[in-house]
Amino acid sequence: MSKLFLMFFGGRKNPVWVGYVFITVALIILPFLVEASMGRTWVRILDFALIYAMLALGLNIVVGFAGLLDLGYIAFYAVGAYTWALLASPQFGLHLPFWAIIPIGFVVAGIFGVLLGAPTLRLRGDYLAIVTLGFGEIVRIFLNNLDHPINITNGPVGINLIDPIQIAGVSLTKSHEILGLEFSGAHSYYYVLLFLLLATVFVCIRLENSRLGRAWVAIREDETAAQAMGINTRNVKLLAFAMGASFGGIAGGMFASFQGFVSPESFILLESIMVLCMVVLGGMGNIWGVILGTFLLAILPEVLRDVSGPIQENVLGRVWLDPESLRMVLFGLALILVMLLRPSGLWPKR
Amino acid sequence: MDIFLQQVINGLVLGSVYALVALGYTMVYGILGLINFAHGEVVMVGAMVFLTAVSVLGGGPLVLSNSTIIVFAVLTAIFVCSILAFFIERIAYRPLRNAPRLAPLITAIGMSILLQNIAMMIWGRQYRTFPELFQIESYTFAGANVTNVQLFIVGISIAIMASLLAVIHLTKVGRAMRATAESPQIASLMGVNVNTVISLTFIIGAGLAAIAGVLVSANYSIAHYSMGFILGLKAFTAAVLGGIGNLTGAMVGGILLGLIESIGAGYIGDLTGGFMGSHYQDVFAFLVLIIVLVFRPTGIMGERVADRS
Amino acid sequence: MAATGKLERFRNLFCGVVFLISFLGLSGCGSDEQNAGQKVIKIGQVSPLTGNIAHLGKDNENGARLAIEEANARSLSIGGEKVRFELISEDDEAKPLKSTIVAQKLVDAGVIGVIGHLNSGTTIPASKIYNDAGIAQISPSATNVNYTNQGFDTAFRVIANDAQQGRVLGAFAIKLGAKKIGVIDDRTDYGKGLAEEFEKSAVASGGEIVAHEFTDNTKTDFTAILTRIKSKEADLIFFSGMDAQAGPMMKQIKNLGLNVLFLTGDGGQTQQFLTLGGAEAEGAYASSPGEPLDKMSGGKDFTKKYTETFNQSIQIYAPYAYDAMNALISAIVAADSVDPKDYLPKLAAIEHAGVTGPVSFDQKGDIKRGTISLYRVSEGRWAYIETLE
Repeated sequence: MSKLFLMFFGGRKNPVWVGYVFITVALIILPFLVEASMGRTWVRILDFALIYAMLALGLNIVVGFAGLLDLGYIAFYAVGAYTWALLASPQFGLHLPFWAIIPIGFVVAGIFGVLLGAPTLRLRGDYLAIVTLGFGEIVRIFLNNLDHPINITNGPVGINLIDPIQIAGVSLTKSHEILGLEFSGAHSYYYVLLFLLLATVFVCIRLENSRLGRAWVAIREDETAAQAMGINTRNVKLLAFAMGASFGGIAGGMFASFQGFVSPESFILLESIMVLCMVVLGGMGNIWGVILGTFLLAILPEVLRDVSGPIQENVLGRVWLDPESLRMVLFGLALILVMLLRPSGLWPKR
Repeated sequence: MDIFLQQVINGLVLGSVYALVALGYTMVYGILGLINFAHGEVVMVGAMVFLTAVSVLGGGPLVLSNSTIIVFAVLTAIFVCSILAFFIERIAYRPLRNAPRLAPLITAIGMSILLQNIAMMIWGRQYRTFPELFQIESYTFAGANVTNVQLFIVGISIAIMASLLAVIHLTKVGRAMRATAESPQIASLMGVNVNTVISLTFIIGAGLAAIAGVLVSANYSIAHYSMGFILGLKAFTAAVLGGIGNLTGAMVGGILLGLIESIGAGYIGDLTGGFMGSHYQDVFAFLVLIIVLVFRPTGIMGERVADRS
Repeated sequence: MAATGKLERFRNLFCGVVFLISFLGLSGCGSDEQNAGQKVIKIGQVSPLTGNIAHLGKDNENGARLAIEEANARSLSIGGEKVRFELISEDDEAKPLKSTIVAQKLVDAGVIGVIGHLNSGTTIPASKIYNDAGIAQISPSATNVNYTNQGFDTAFRVIANDAQQGRVLGAFAIKLGAKKIGVIDDRTDYGKGLAEEFEKSAVASGGEIVAHEFTDNTKTDFTAILTRIKSKEADLIFFSGMDAQAGPMMKQIKNLGLNVLFLTGDGGQTQQFLTLGGAEAEGAYASSPGEPLDKMSGGKDFTKKYTETFNQSIQIYAPYAYDAMNALISAIVAADSVDPKDYLPKLAAIEHAGVTGPVSFDQKGDIKRGTISLYRVSEGRWAYIETLE
């Protein structure tokens, strides 16, 4: 992204930092611009896009870097969300602060990543895909049923009244007025999520260029050759699962605290597939491509929501086709068309 | 003991349905190495077209016997599904044949969303019920019950499997299919029209899907635009369990999955002393799948190593 | 097998576009008369309009829409100004995440109140947003107790929570002569809540739960769990779930040769259950909160109008959505204001005679209503048996 801006601003006269300052300012005022022009809904959509971006970057480590097709990735998101829900809600009467829960969620999700990775080390390709899919379903089914004989998750009822992030006793989901500007919950979370996403991006870039990152690429390209080169494929694969899962865990925790409510229906298979679509559509393996894909797929259905009814009224004079079905039809069509026109994703790795 | 027999019968029927759908997955996979996620939706379209055809034929000016209606409606369903699958392949898969491996997976998912929602527009959001075209009879056999529809499902699955194996191994088209599965390039050098073979594979798979759709809706007497996804998923699981790409494997995997599910649901409660119940049916099924794959990484009957990751 | 040419790729794109256009082109042209010179009052409706329970979502929307159309036909005035009500219907896809987006969207659009959402899992997260905005939310179908336990004065529901109905059903099962009961629970929050209350009440009345089996709301094959219930020699099966599964379940019960009574909650007391269950549904029992629709004033009218307007039969919750919308409109009319500050107290204290029974709310926003009616399928129709407290 920065490179793009540098093309405009990064001539010889302007030092690099001008570009960075420009981007920083743009990102900071973005929610206010969005709210003023399109309404607060879009700030919220932006928040969810940021959460999905974190998820997609985590999945990108597994699928994009290491080439392991994972169809049950949402399980780690679920683990993160429920970890947060159990540690900061009336469910067990625990109310840990966010700086304690984030690392716990990170570690717990990572452990689940290893749990999934361990039995699947020998599997390749689509066999791996179906096992991960099964794993995702297993986690969801357990969450849906662990209300009996001992009640842990409340089962299908879900966990409510989850604590929001509190900084110095100030709850981030409430509206606050600072310097005459109204900061709603959606605004405050935007900054927290943006910070976490940037941290994720930073870690991903560092990982990609590290020894470990190169080992992942080697496994993706040819596992046997990688092994012959002295890469411990077992450990490296497990690390990919663990790292990917951990990012998913943090994203899940954020989701739980932002919504204040979790129930198993947020973690269905279709969500895993959606996140995978974001990664592939954007450009597998390329961090900026993945973020682009995420924003596109998170925002497109909402744009279509606004468009599919009125466009019929304007073009055809009346709403003939049910706007909701038309919206999903257009969404499916968009997935197909993008892949046909750009089979390696919108912004593939060079 | 009669309960065990009944659970086996339940599992066999459910498994035959999975197997029939799994055959379509596995044929496409065997030739293209592609998970055709839209296959479940083709099954759904088959069921829906059949029901529409029945109501059109039944309500028409001609007085037809029920068996004539059934035959014509099934043929219509097969015809529509074949055309649909032909176009799915042409539009969504063929242009991506040499693209990165996950690209066709995404178009398949897009197709699945597209078909489901178009079906919702055409046939509405309501559940449809299977018309009473024939008498469902229940037979008791050593304390276990089985209906004529269920017997028919098991019988037709076996018959279709056998004829598919015969086509693949005994005919010229079958040889072309096997050659294409081995290597499309070399097959085309040997004078096989690869594109035709692939289209044919999709068309045969869709015909099977249409039959599966009719049988599923007849057995459960229900059809809905959302019925394809879960069914497709289970069938795909079955295909992998048996060794994807292998026709006998799909059959074995399907029946095994059906048996695991019904015996699992029937006995988990007793085995775990009431700690877990039938809600862990799918967990049980997936655990068996994982265990099988840990020891046989390419499924029960699979030989080829799926090394396309 | 040469690489796909650019030309071919564009041809495919072209195909896609043609496909889309022909799709849109199916429609004709028409025009809508606009009612000018009236103040427009927007009211939101949210339910899943896509996905596998879209038929229920559309049903809710239809119910709400009917109430809006009737209100417009009465050409009401509020604050001395003629008003026209406008329904903004949104699709939450039954996803908790989407539910907060559409909730915020409705708030941004300036709705003065919302009928929805359908599922508890979407109703609860959305309720925080409506509460922040200070506008009323009336759910026609969310039964999770958590919803009204959050201390929000904007959250209401016009459907009884599961506790009441489960209690009546449990006692009724024993009254039917059941001694050994098999319970099937669809593992949704509705199914779980109802099944638990049913069990408590049935055991308290002297019954025995011999099997508690589970399915999920996407399955159609119940033979394994039914066989298990058969082996426990149950004499009654209670299904805690929806009609789309209860119907096929009836057929499977008969095919397996089970000789049992069948009882289900309001999720099964529908026209669709009769269609899907066919001849095998004969003799099944089900409950429904409130009095029978055709006994209520306006109930018969509602059924008739619904079937005529939408050319389909009522699924389940349309009458509740209809009542919820009417209650909201009545509160606005009573307050003579669309400001939530004015109408919320009126809504909290409302006494509305709805088609599903009297609508009035308790302290928390739950419906105050003590009666549950029971029905039995006889000759392909739901025959009313009795109303219990």
